[in-house]
Amino acid sequence: MAFSIYDLTAFNQSIHEALVQNLSPFWALIVEMTIIGLVFLLFYAIVGLFLVYAERKICGFIQNRVGPNRVGPYGIFQTIADFIKLLMKELIYIKNADKFLFNLAPFIVIIASFMAIAAIPFGLGLHAIDFNIGVLYVMAVSSLGVIGILLAGWSSNNKYSLIGAMRSGAQIVSYELSIGLSLVTIVILSGSMQLSTIVEQQRNCWFIFSGHIPAFIAFVIFLIASTAETNRGPFDLAEAESELTAGFHTEYSGIKFAFFFLAEYMNMFIVASMAATLFWGGWMPFHIPGLTSFNHVMDFIPPFFWYMGKTMVVIFLMMWFKWTFPRLRIDQLLKLEWKFLLPINLFNIVLMALVVLMGWHL
Amino acid sequence: MTEEIVQHDIEQEEYLLNMGPQHPSTHGVLRLLISLKGETVANIEPHCGYIHRGIEKMCEKLTYQQIIHLTDRLDYLSAHINNEAVCLLVEDALQIEVPERVKYIRTIISELSRLASHELWWCAFGMDMGALTTYFYGLRDREKILDIFEETTGGRLLQSYNCPGGLMNDIHPNFQKRIKEFIPYFRKKLPEYDELLTGNVIMQERTKGIGPISKEDVISWGVTGPSGRGSGFACDVRKHHPYSAYDKVQFEEILFTEGDSLARYKVRIAEMWESLKILEQLVDNIPEGDYAVKMKPIIKLPEGEYYQRVEACRGEFGVYVISSGEKYPVRVKLRSPNFSNLSALNRMAAGFKIADLVAVGGSLDLVIPDIDR
Repeated sequence: MAFSIYDLTAFNQSIHEALVQNLSPFWALIVEMTIIGLVFLLFYAIVGLFLVYAERKICGFIQNRVGPNRVGPYGIFQTIADFIKLLMKELIYIKNADKFLFNLAPFIVIIASFMAIAAIPFGLGLHAIDFNIGVLYVMAVSSLGVIGILLAGWSSNNKYSLIGAMRSGAQIVSYELSIGLSLVTIVILSGSMQLSTIVEQQRNCWFIFSGHIPAFIAFVIFLIASTAETNRGPFDLAEAESELTAGFHTEYSGIKFAFFFLAEYMNMFIVASMAATLFWGGWMPFHIPGLTSFNHVMDFIPPFFWYMGKTMVVIFLMMWFKWTFPRLRIDQLLKLEWKFLLPINLFNIVLMALVVLMGWHL
Repeated sequence: MTEEIVQHDIEQEEYLLNMGPQHPSTHGVLRLLISLKGETVANIEPHCGYIHRGIEKMCEKLTYQQIIHLTDRLDYLSAHINNEAVCLLVEDALQIEVPERVKYIRTIISELSRLASHELWWCAFGMDMGALTTYFYGLRDREKILDIFEETTGGRLLQSYNCPGGLMNDIHPNFQKRIKEFIPYFRKKLPEYDELLTGNVIMQERTKGIGPISKEDVISWGVTGPSGRGSGFACDVRKHHPYSAYDKVQFEEILFTEGDSLARYKVRIAEMWESLKILEQLVDNIPEGDYAVKMKPIIKLPEGEYYQRVEACRGEFGVYVISSGEKYPVRVKLRSPNFSNLSALNRMAAGFKIADLVAVGGSLDLVIPDIDR
């Protein structure tokens, strides 16, 4: 059997057939689910560790420093060392905390981000579940995380945590709207909510080019809103180190803190991959209609690398924001959403509808 | 007791929050008891004393040479300027005329201290606002100044370079060369500060109109230094009561009238430019001569009361000494600028959000050991 890294459908199909031949359909399904779960768990851990390393290196680059450079070549094992340290740290229990909710909160946060990853198309054939409402699913699941943050803030019995959690609640409820509406703009353009269809439609031209002005506005709004959604600077009010010490995770230590930490990076990865999928064509190579030879060269790069490359560019943009901008104040944050982003977004949807109706898109 | 407090909280609908003594943005062990109404700060009650060392009392059992080194430990970022205040007081009381060379070198090091201090303030202010990169930009330039200090005085943070009658030793041969290298370097780097933070829309929004205080209030609260000048209070001791070599240099007193955090910010940025100007005028003209006057090993001030004030990095620093003619003073009172500046914090930040309190605190540039002494 020959597998192509450009199309993994055949590979997946062969595993499926091998399992069905040897096991009953029920057990075949269980084994398949376990395999996928383990693969995602591994992927999740690797991406999390890599992103922490990347953030520290990029932040070092922006701040005229070297970043981690002691553990391993170029410090690549630094995050692994840090992770081991976090695993071995003592878990501090707070006397008057609501123990059950306190322990539950990090899991809710991490499960929410873990669920969202399932629906993301990583490449041709690398797609765990292809919902016909994929966009809606990712939206819904990724915003579950705020429940964990609210619970963490409430159950810690700490004033800073509570203020941080309340800020986070207000922030995510507001910015969810902007994310939703900017995705709706793209859904109007594509006419489908299925992520595989959306990627397929961008074969000749990515949506950010084919939807030109409204798609670009939607992309910028999506980028701002998703930075806010993931509680990252300049919208990191829930943590707000200089104001609330560490915000909602002030009281967490060891592995539980690591869960919040990892979830933050994975949420960033998820929103970045949504941006890449919906605006920059997901795993689709960069094609210019008419330039056949150029398109062939682009096709030579495997889809998974296209996908990762685009996601990393978006993540780099988000890190760039974080390390250069000062933090917003809570009222400015809400003003930005309700007075600027939301009206612009609503107008943008109408514009996109007009563009689609009149056939002005490419 | 507890129930009473709870009852009080419920009635007032206030949420009491202890900001400090361990908190990232109080820059030390300051405790602010703030009552919140939602996100809005209703009242701020500063509780100081967590780093009280009884320096004023200690001074009563120390000679004047020893007192100098205790003033380092007040505002550690303007250590040299604090030392200078004691030295000027002793020299004044004994009516010693120090050589011109000493005056020039003291002024140069004072201005370098001011630059270093304002750079660190800028770093910390950015951090308070959530812009973490400012810290590394500011420290990069501050390091150059500290290197100059290290070469000449032996100390990087606390120089202890002054002694009554002059300086501990002469300047390093590289001193002038290094400063002449630093001035054009920093002239190039200072616009970066504006690019990174001052011009930022978020920064402007966060500070414009935040924590305003009028000129009358500034005067009645005794807020001095850049914080006072941000409200239009002309209080620069260097200009109005020149000491050392400040009467020989041309510089402007920076005054802004808005009185908000942005004005205080701009005063400090503009003062950095002025400090560079002062350095430029002095560095080439250091006169030849002795670096100190020969003093008796035991200094006894004549009986009487003495006061000397200088412009420290954060405002007017004053030393008040009552002497009975012995080698120890009877009473020493140190007027620290930060204590007065902190007292106006409630006036400035009450009614604004928690984030604004942090920004206002940052714009006051508090150094906690100076408050508690």
